[in-house]
Amino acid sequence: MQSTSWVPIFPDQASSFAWQVDMLYFYLIVISVAFTIPIVAAVFFFAIRYREREKFATPEEIHGSMVLEAGWSFLPFVVSMTIFLGGAIVYYNQYTPPEDAMQVYVVGKQWMWKVQHETGQREINELHVPVGRKVKLTMTTEDVLHDFSIPAFRTKADLVPGRYTYLWFEATKPGKYHLFCAEYCGLNHSGMGGWVYVMEQRDFDNWLEGNISGQTPVEQGRDLFENKLGCASCHAGGPQQRGAKLEGIYGKEVKLTGGGTVTANDEYIRNSILNPGAQVVEGFQPIMPTFKGQVTEEQLVSLVAYIKSLSGVQGTSTSAAPSNTAAAANSNSARRANTNSSANSNH
Amino acid sequence: MYNAEAISDAGIPKVNYLTNGFTLKSWLLTKDHKRIAIMYLITISLFFMAGGLFASAIRLELLTPASDLLQTATYNRVFTAHGVLMIFFFLIPAIPAVLGNFLLPIMIGAKDLALPRVNLLSLYIYWIGGAFTIWALMQGGVDTGWTFYTPYSTTYSNTYVMAVGLGIFINGFSSILTGLNFIVTVHTMRAPGMTWFRLPLFVWAQYATSLVMILGTPVIAITVLLLAIERFAHVGIFDPSIGGDPILFQHMFWFYSHPAVYIMILPGMGVISELISNFSRKKIFGYEFIAFSSIAIAVFGFLVWGHHMFVSGQSIYAGMVFSFLTMVVAVPSAIKMFNWTATMYKGSVSYDTPMLYGIGFMGLFLIGGLTGLFLGAIGLVVHLTDTYFVVAHFHYVMVGGQVIAYLGGIHYWWPKMTGKMYSEFWGKISAMLVFIGFNLTFFPQFILGYMGMPRRYASYPEEFQVLNIFSTAGASVLGIGLVLPVIYLAQSLISGKPAGDNPWMLPGLEWRTSSPPPTENFEKPPVVTWEAYEFGEESGLDIEEAKRRTQPTASV
Repeated sequence: MQSTSWVPIFPDQASSFAWQVDMLYFYLIVISVAFTIPIVAAVFFFAIRYREREKFATPEEIHGSMVLEAGWSFLPFVVSMTIFLGGAIVYYNQYTPPEDAMQVYVVGKQWMWKVQHETGQREINELHVPVGRKVKLTMTTEDVLHDFSIPAFRTKADLVPGRYTYLWFEATKPGKYHLFCAEYCGLNHSGMGGWVYVMEQRDFDNWLEGNISGQTPVEQGRDLFENKLGCASCHAGGPQQRGAKLEGIYGKEVKLTGGGTVTANDEYIRNSILNPGAQVVEGFQPIMPTFKGQVTEEQLVSLVAYIKSLSGVQGTSTSAAPSNTAAAANSNSARRANTNSSANSNH
Repeated sequence: MYNAEAISDAGIPKVNYLTNGFTLKSWLLTKDHKRIAIMYLITISLFFMAGGLFASAIRLELLTPASDLLQTATYNRVFTAHGVLMIFFFLIPAIPAVLGNFLLPIMIGAKDLALPRVNLLSLYIYWIGGAFTIWALMQGGVDTGWTFYTPYSTTYSNTYVMAVGLGIFINGFSSILTGLNFIVTVHTMRAPGMTWFRLPLFVWAQYATSLVMILGTPVIAITVLLLAIERFAHVGIFDPSIGGDPILFQHMFWFYSHPAVYIMILPGMGVISELISNFSRKKIFGYEFIAFSSIAIAVFGFLVWGHHMFVSGQSIYAGMVFSFLTMVVAVPSAIKMFNWTATMYKGSVSYDTPMLYGIGFMGLFLIGGLTGLFLGAIGLVVHLTDTYFVVAHFHYVMVGGQVIAYLGGIHYWWPKMTGKMYSEFWGKISAMLVFIGFNLTFFPQFILGYMGMPRRYASYPEEFQVLNIFSTAGASVLGIGLVLPVIYLAQSLISGKPAGDNPWMLPGLEWRTSSPPPTENFEKPPVVTWEAYEFGEESGLDIEEAKRRTQPTASV
């Protein structure tokens, strides 16, 4: 990963869209040079050719030229529009996570990165990913703003307390790359870094095996849902159901009490746990207590992952859904298949 | 009345604004815009030196990858202090409060600003805000960065956030009052014959800047107030854990702070229009286009704040709209650039110190402006934002633009302000040192930024060290270039040659009064019968007489 030249000029190019960003960069350098050289040349030429030959000379007056003004207004406009279009296309690619991406959860806190894979492995200040797989990070922070920045992948995104932000990439070259926090976050901001390890799929599978952890996010979420927080006492099906049915809601429009609808996305689920009275589903009483202060950001991520998984199981009765997921979560490969299918149906 | 006597070295009036009273009271209670400008000049120079010292500490710390010279906690306070002092107490007031204050009334042929007491009040507000901020910095300072992003600033930082915030809040009123004063003055105090399209472009630029000051500054005041309410009363405004939204703060902050960038650069553009035209002895090319491009920048400047938030979680479509508008705002800046260049065509270009600064500005602002396109190209900025590329870009605009223009303006109008001529030799040396040192300091930072080095880092990975050494080396050259003027300008006060009323035989009204000007600016109220930037006989200047005077036989 270390650049070999004496003065490194470019970072490694290690993601599927890195070349697009670099092309845009080169295009802008070309434009800059194309504007700079004629202007600097003209300034020097005029300064020398028309240098002062006599004190207080009175050169002939020139008032201006409509043609020139129109030309040099129009030209920069057209050029800047090409830059805008190029930039917009690259940006759209950078910031539109693909649907078949592998999920990774990231929680930032002063001054460390906590990462959890969908298969349960946890890492701190490191992120292991396989080469050639699309990876989507779902990120939030426990305290202040942070920014997950990987220069070799040419992408970054802020982590914002109270909401989820997303980042995706497809690594193209195995190696070890810098991970930086790019949004100032206090005392040890410059120490809040780490490494991203891009590995061949085989090595990555080995790495996963060697880091067997207890529960996957979905399993943790189910545990919280059914036992620790007792969500199931209201939200599970059956005669006791007082809360909204959660099976199959993810990604759907939900009608709210008092009119209006909302899409049941990560954000809505998170908010409904922390601030249940804000957006109550039509037909239900606003009786749910808030869980603010009782769940950590990491637990919230797990709960959201679990509730998403409830929508991923198709063609089964709602009450059977939790046990189905449990059965599906028994092997590593099945885990991946399960969450992949849920990701597919969600979008 | 403006002819031979106006350029006579012997014709210095007995009483000018500097000799009209020597007591402390005659300065502190003055209503004279020129004395107020001089007091601003002294204070602003002190703030610039303080900010510069913090900058030196930053560059020295970054000489090595580890955080060794300064502890991380200190480093965070140092870069915050550098930003706060330079932006709020130097860049924003520098050209309007010093050069604008001194020259705007003279350039339009007025006796003073429309509201002289308000002018003095704005100086006192600046002093109070500044003193408050300095006090807070000495108590321990603040470590939030000059951007004060929430929720770090409201909930997590246990430094003197609110004291510094209050200093900035107070100081804002100084800007508002200055802007208001300029607008009223330009509307109501122009001399007979001084029509809108005869105004020097410096005045147009000050006018556009004043509009931004009046419309933008209240927003930062409101933002700081909301910050205080959240910090003290724990009302959830920006902190999500009590129901606020941190992104709201960024919207409000940049709704002011992006236009504030134009508060910082527009007056500089006005100075450059003066320098390029006057030292080419050439009517400015496309006067109306330069004038209205200032207004266009002032208006569009309010619509692009979201380009500071491309990675902060705003919707991708909002990002694209802000990127589009950012590209549009590049056009009026390009128009200015082309017109300045064209102005030199077939001129009579002199290489006096102010012109060297003018030409230096064109080179540096060109790079600053073009790299602004890099940072508006939304697909590229995801990689570049929050890196040293941004640091390099805004220093090219703020230092390469505004500071260079300010120095050029100081050198240009120094003979008028003091009646003394500085050493042209040392002036040229310093202009070139500043140019070279500046490029050495900040150009490597573009490369560092593309490499991915994040800003606001007290320590950094080793592969970034070589470029950081270049940058620090350049900073020492820049530092020497900036210290030199302090020495030779001070020396000119003591032993400088008398400048004469119009050393360069220029047509602007400021050159048609004595140097230094009398308290009421003109012996007789001027009547303007010439267009702006007319260098020939029709401007009423006795060029032939002046030429005779420059002959060796006629020299004194």
